[in-house]
Amino acid sequence: MTELAYIRNFSIVAHIDHGKSTLADRLIQLTGTVAERDMKEQMLDAMDIERERGITIKANTVRIDYPAKDGHTYVLNLIDTPGHVDFGYEVSRSMRAVEGSLLVVDASQGVEAQTLANVYQAIDADHEIVPVLNKVDLPAAEPDRVREQIEDVIGIEAHDAVLISAKTGLGIPDVLEAIVTRLPPPKTGDRDAPLKAMLVDSKYDSYLGVIVIVRIIDGVLKKGDRIRMMKTGGTYDVDDVGVYRPAMTSVGELGPGEIGYLNASIKQVRDTRVGDTITHEKRQTETALPGFKPSIPVVFCGLFPVDANDFEDMRDAIEKLALNDASFTFEMETSAALGFGFRCGFLGLLHLEVIRDRLEREYDIDLITTAPSVVYRIFTRDGEMRELHNPADMPDPATVEHIEEPRIKATILVPDEYLGDVLKLCQDRRGIQLDLTYAGSRAMAVYDLPLNEVVFDFYDRLKSVTKGYASFDYAIEGYREDNLVKMSVLVNDEPVDALSMMVHRDRAEMRGRAMCEKLKELIPRHMFKIPIQAAIGGKVIARETLAALRKDVTAKCYGGDATRKKKLLEKQKAGKKKMRQFGKVEIPQQAFINALKMDS
Amino acid sequence: MRDADQGAGFGLYVHWPFCQAKCPYCDFNSHVVSAIDQARWKAAYVSEIRRIAGLTGPRVLDTIFFGGGTPSLMDPDVVAAVIDTAREVWAPSNDMEITLEANPTSVEAARFAAYRDAGVNRVSMGIQSLNDADLKALGRLHSVAEARKAFGIARDCFDRVSFDLIYARQNQTLDGWKLELTEALDMAADHLSLYQLTIEDGTAFGDRFRRGLLRGLPDDDAGADMYEATQELCNAAGMPAYEVSNHARKSSESRHNMLYWQAGDYAGIGPGAHGRLTLNGLRHATDTPLQPTDWLRAVETGGTGDLTVQPVDGAEQGLEYLLMGLRITGGIDLGRYRSMGGAPLDRAGLERMVDAGLVEQEAGRLRVTPRGRPLLNAVLREIAP
Ligand SMILES: Nc1nc2c(ncn2[C@@H]2O[C@H](COP(=O)(O)OP(=O)(O)OP(=O)(O)O)[C@@H](O)[C@H]2O)c(=O)[nH]1
Ligand SMILES: C[S@@+](CC[C@H](N)C(=O)[O-])C[C@H]1O[C@@H](n2cnc3c(N)ncnc32)[C@H](O)[C@@H]1O
Ligand code: SF4
Ligand SMILES: [Mg+2]
Repeated sequence: MTELAYIRNFSIVAHIDHGKSTLADRLIQLTGTVAERDMKEQMLDAMDIERERGITIKANTVRIDYPAKDGHTYVLNLIDTPGHVDFGYEVSRSMRAVEGSLLVVDASQGVEAQTLANVYQAIDADHEIVPVLNKVDLPAAEPDRVREQIEDVIGIEAHDAVLISAKTGLGIPDVLEAIVTRLPPPKTGDRDAPLKAMLVDSKYDSYLGVIVIVRIIDGVLKKGDRIRMMKTGGTYDVDDVGVYRPAMTSVGELGPGEIGYLNASIKQVRDTRVGDTITHEKRQTETALPGFKPSIPVVFCGLFPVDANDFEDMRDAIEKLALNDASFTFEMETSAALGFGFRCGFLGLLHLEVIRDRLEREYDIDLITTAPSVVYRIFTRDGEMRELHNPADMPDPATVEHIEEPRIKATILVPDEYLGDVLKLCQDRRGIQLDLTYAGSRAMAVYDLPLNEVVFDFYDRLKSVTKGYASFDYAIEGYREDNLVKMSVLVNDEPVDALSMMVHRDRAEMRGRAMCEKLKELIPRHMFKIPIQAAIGGKVIARETLAALRKDVTAKCYGGDATRKKKLLEKQKAGKKKMRQFGKVEIPQQAFINALKMDS
Repeated sequence: MRDADQGAGFGLYVHWPFCQAKCPYCDFNSHVVSAIDQARWKAAYVSEIRRIAGLTGPRVLDTIFFGGGTPSLMDPDVVAAVIDTAREVWAPSNDMEITLEANPTSVEAARFAAYRDAGVNRVSMGIQSLNDADLKALGRLHSVAEARKAFGIARDCFDRVSFDLIYARQNQTLDGWKLELTEALDMAADHLSLYQLTIEDGTAFGDRFRRGLLRGLPDDDAGADMYEATQELCNAAGMPAYEVSNHARKSSESRHNMLYWQAGDYAGIGPGAHGRLTLNGLRHATDTPLQPTDWLRAVETGGTGDLTVQPVDGAEQGLEYLLMGLRITGGIDLGRYRSMGGAPLDRAGLERMVDAGLVEQEAGRLRVTPRGRPLLNAVLREIAP
């Protein structure tokens, strides 16, 4: 138990890749929290998928002890957060558990869209903010210019920003001093009051079950305590309390101001609610914490096993994964074309990819992903409203009064020379400009855009038209009516429901053409020719023909090596398994998602 | 004592794994080295022939084929030793076919007479193109003029001479190919191999292709047009295809290659050489180390662990027979397919292919039609068990 005055709780926030996790490494290293020989890069990014992609997906907490220049040893609880917009929810709830933020800005890149989004959240959470300019070792680093930019664009004081290189270790002692001198200790905390703790996060560990991350406000939490979750009403016996260093380390108790974990034999992540208030069953606190707004999935798609026999395995896998990640939703779905599968909801496209990758890899199931869709609101003539998660469920248009779609507010930061292309892209995607301002040689464009135009490949397109120099952040704004229709796709005259999608009427011909052209490339030639059509209702709006296969033979045979030929046949037969049969036509699994990628 | 029960006869394949330079399209087991110890290779081949003869016992030998690599880099004396040993351990058939693959440079042509004296009676030359710029693009070390000259020498030395061309090359047009093929048919003796360029993984072309740098390749349709034109011109010239890429005048087919396509027996010696041998009534597959040095070591140390001999089960044999046999115009004998243990074909697929006119079944044989041949891989996917 540490006196409040010697505790500092803070989050590390930044635009993606600006070096949060690397800074966390250095703080852990310099304070000797982890032995030198056990250090590795971005050591908090423990999930395979995080290490592979080099990004943080889950926020992580670490406690470090820091003997400061003033002669006192401080307990620092840091939370390393993800930078990608899909996982913004991790950032916002992490901030609720701490009093300050280190705002990391890459000194060679400057302020980016998520830098802004994170600062505003930190200000909302009443945080003290210490700006940290990272990567000053890079020749392209321009700390003076970026300092100015922080003041101009964000409007916070930056003259005493800490200059560091998380890579070389330069400036890290200054960061530690700034944490104790410039960030505040926890404001209140009464050790003798009834227990009041915030449920910051929960994660599933295959050995230990559900681990709950808590921030103690008042009171003391000990092993053996019987606790109650005030929202969900669940009561549990605490088996263990501890802190991350970053390995899980048991401690006798957690007192006011401290952050740590508890383990209470909870079965599923879904049994816990992030933001809930934890108290003692016997002596309950009177006022619960305000709680957090739950995260809501905004992108939906169908996931189907390539091999229909894998459905039960897939159900198992999805349920297991859901134990681990409460932010995605799933329900069973049947498709005429694809059979049994699941309609799943995600926080964004990266989240979708991550979950799909994990299902395929950790559970070894080949999946077909159908067109991602947003949630539409269908208002029928009989005055009812229903949510449409799947274009295939679109009711007869004659019964529909109007349709509303979700809109977002998008903030895009981009160097001047690419602004024209960005404005055109937003225009093409039905955007409405809300604001356009300049800071130095960079423009900040704020747009009202339909989520469905952004969900799929907007970010890829943005990166390509700006050579990677633009950054992008968005927040859901609300629903608005528009002229939306369902477009279906017919392959060899048979409708393929998994390819149908909602589109704006004015963009339908264009999308239909693009879709047919893409499918023509993606479906391998067959021994007969195949018409590919896009239609609205019964009306065909675009058409392509895939010519018949004319040549598919191995020219040269390798002497007596029949083994090679057998391998080829096996490979081709395996390739055939990765296809789905629609009538007489085989469509490769990848086609369902790749057909949607547009070149503009 | 012809081996009637063992199908199509018995041959010997000798792999010579060295070339002067590696061609950018080629993924055969060929290596470029600064010096070759010919005497050492001679001894190794001779010892391999004796080892295999120990497995097969006495048999009638119908063919020998020196393939590569570039066998025309072999000392004639090595070639002679191989032929002599084979003749000694097996009974040579009285019309034995002995083929050697040759590259058409002047240096190699100078050895042709010596190869003939060693017993070679058929040569297959890698001319590849009758266009100098294209030969360069294919990384070849000879010119068209040099190739023609070498071909002339070969014709003087051997009764039977074949040559290879590669088509569907970069920037090749249909008309360009027709002209070139017409010239080739004028030049041809009794046999011609016409291969559509295949981009293989792990070759220089493969790498360039993957990086999008191999430009000007004809697309699928253009390739198919060239294939069709090839059939027409060759038919008209009396050299119809008897296999996907091989054309011959009547009775001039490569008998050695026919062994592969008709599931005959063949011994394979040299690095990476495969063999199929019927031993005590059971068919076996033989395999060898791919790297020249590994192969030499295995042979010299009697390290038979790396020179494998494994039984092939009936279904596997059937599959090989199907895959190889449908390449030739004669197709396969369904009775033989069944009796070797071939698994039942995909009935529905077979019916679809017959209905589409790509496959025909007649008098107990299964054949791919001229229309089906360019689609053979797709056909096999449909009908293979
Ligand atoms: N040159 C240089 N590179 C750095 C520095 N700090 C981080 N990097 C590199 O920048 C990249 C991103 O670093 P991370 O620490 O993963 O960034 P992050 O902000 O945690 O990224 P997300 O969690 O994905 O948002 C890595 O390749 C680091 O090695 C630095 O000070 N100098
Ligand atoms: C094993 S090579 C050996 C012939 C000899 N070394 C030569 O190059 O002249 C036999 C033939 O295969 C053909 N070939 C090799 N690689 C090929 C490819 N990638 N595509 C098409 N034909 C190929 C060439 O016509 C070559 O002549
Ligand atoms: S094509 Fe012939 S010469 Fe060229 S590398 Fe291959 S085997 Fe050697
Ligand atoms: Mg990170």
